[in-house]
Amino acid sequence: MKDPMFSDAHLQKLDALRKRYPKSKPLVLPALWMAQEQFGWISPEVMKYVAGLLDLPVSHVYGVVTFYTMFNTKPVGKYHVQVCTNVSCMLRGGDRLLAETCSRLKIRPGETTGDERITVTGVECLGSCGTAPAVQINDDYHENLSPEKLETLLNELR
Amino acid sequence: MEEFSEKLILPDITDLHRIEVYEKNGGYSALRKALRMKPEEVVDEVKKSNLRGRGGACFPTGFKWTFMPKESDKPKYLCANGDESEPGTFKDRQIFEFNPHLFIEGALIAAYAMGIAVVYTYVRGEYAKWIDLLQRAVDDAYRKGYIGDKILGSAFSTEFTVHKGAGAYICGEESALMNSLEGERGYPRVKPPFPAQNGLWGCPTTINNIETLANVPHIISRGWEWFSKIGDSKQPGTILFGISGHVKKPGVYELPTGTLLTDIIHKHAGGVPGNKKIKAVIPGGSSTKWIRGENIEGVRMDADSLKAAGSSIGTGGIIVMDEDTDLVAVITRIAHFYHHESCGQCTPCREGCGWLEKILKRFSAGEATEGDLDLLLDVANNIEGNTICALGDAAAWPVQSFVGLFRDELERRVKKTPAPPAYVPPPHLVTSRS
Ligand SMILES: Cc1cc2nc3c(=O)[nH]c(=O)nc-3n(C[C@H](O)[C@H](O)[C@H](O)COP(=O)(O)O)c2cc1C
Ligand code: FES
Repeated sequence: MKDPMFSDAHLQKLDALRKRYPKSKPLVLPALWMAQEQFGWISPEVMKYVAGLLDLPVSHVYGVVTFYTMFNTKPVGKYHVQVCTNVSCMLRGGDRLLAETCSRLKIRPGETTGDERITVTGVECLGSCGTAPAVQINDDYHENLSPEKLETLLNELR
Repeated sequence: MEEFSEKLILPDITDLHRIEVYEKNGGYSALRKALRMKPEEVVDEVKKSNLRGRGGACFPTGFKWTFMPKESDKPKYLCANGDESEPGTFKDRQIFEFNPHLFIEGALIAAYAMGIAVVYTYVRGEYAKWIDLLQRAVDDAYRKGYIGDKILGSAFSTEFTVHKGAGAYICGEESALMNSLEGERGYPRVKPPFPAQNGLWGCPTTINNIETLANVPHIISRGWEWFSKIGDSKQPGTILFGISGHVKKPGVYELPTGTLLTDIIHKHAGGVPGNKKIKAVIPGGSSTKWIRGENIEGVRMDADSLKAAGSSIGTGGIIVMDEDTDLVAVITRIAHFYHHESCGQCTPCREGCGWLEKILKRFSAGEATEGDLDLLLDVANNIEGNTICALGDAAAWPVQSFVGLFRDELERRVKKTPAPPAYVPPPHLVTSRS
């Protein structure tokens, strides 16, 4: 892998953000978000790069990345399907949604399909309990789902 | 009490999220009014209104504001808490989507009242769409001169930054939130020192929930007296009640405090599908204590009434479970959540939450032993009160209440094994003393 490098747009955005905080450490989450957007996941090389940009020890960046669940520390598919299995969704079939989706795709939760298109993960409450069961695909929420509706949705995402 | 039907936070006005529409409906006039008052007067108004925090702990808002030092050689900060990760809670998101300027205006008034020049709004990372909506509203407010330098020609200036979280329930806890904002792992801090003395970067800081701040403009424009008469007098105002689970029309309903729980379930949320009986209700997010279905009659959604019912109002996130629900599976799922979200700093929480989940899984699988019931309660009791932050309590409370209310459900899952054979000492150990 080539040494990672932020796009100009990201570098500019990061510079603009520097004015909003008294130090550079608080930029670690914004910078990691930009990294995930650009590279898809946070590799050890990306951690090193972000640490360099913000003048932080790599170990600190590693500690942050691994604390938060949304940073992918391994590659994910083009579509990251995050199925809520918490209580309100569970009461409306969220756990069945996860199980059926996985069995249709022939993967287990946390795994990616062979064509690298879809990763399915079980996640905690998405704050969509009133429109349960809920699924987040990349940034977008999809609500009031059934296994069938989700299957159609995944077939449409090409 | 229930005659109050006005919606303060989420009124039915089309496109209210647009700044022009918000202004046309009186938006930002409370900020204008506040800027003509003395900061102390604003604090006093909020104090007298008796507004209580909507983030879960019901702390009196105006009183909290008085903890901030008036004079400070360090900068002061306001953190608006939009982490919204307590299962069963999905209300702040509605504010970001449908009435973001009300929250922004409330935060600006709060900043003015406490002499704060920097506001951070921390929003959970999953809410990417709502972060965009909020950011758009913030940009508009900057453009119109409500945020920035010398706001509306006054001497008051403040910056407003939206900060995106990255998936961690614990970052909703106020001190973990500050650590997260500082670029650290989201570990809660030992208190004291309290945030008003030693918060973000060691500076005086106030943390308020999004919905809490959204109440402030109304209090300023219509006065504390008016506000204090809405709903329950000890905790006045409306609340965005989120109702989910087994109801026909789940969603967010803005109603005065003190509304009957059964009214929310039946009148507003349309009752239980198939008219099934209610087996259990969680009244205020997954960390609040459960109520048995038979006992919800007459319970009002205010702090006192829920306390009498053995629970608390929490975030106002109501979860309804019908008679066919496998309650043991639900409490096991909740235990899993707290185990997963424990930050790992405190041994009772880190280890205890794992134990709670493990023991409950044994019940779920019908593999529990006689002693497991007492063990479950013992572990929960030893987590409660023994941790840096309240996540430990949040894990213990539902389990404790469950054991108290649904002991029968658990006992039914105890594996019926024949008693182990009595101990017969081997012959060479048997001494004859007779
Ligand atoms: C584990 C834990 C999670 C919390 N999560 C949130 C949250 O997501 N949003 C929130 O406003 N408050 C949350 N709180 C409460 C905050 O610590 C704090 O009391 C609140 O934001 C203060 O705002 P208020 O006084 O306006 O209610 C949480 C507390 C704990 C212990
Ligand atoms: S429980 Fe699934 S979104 Fe809240």
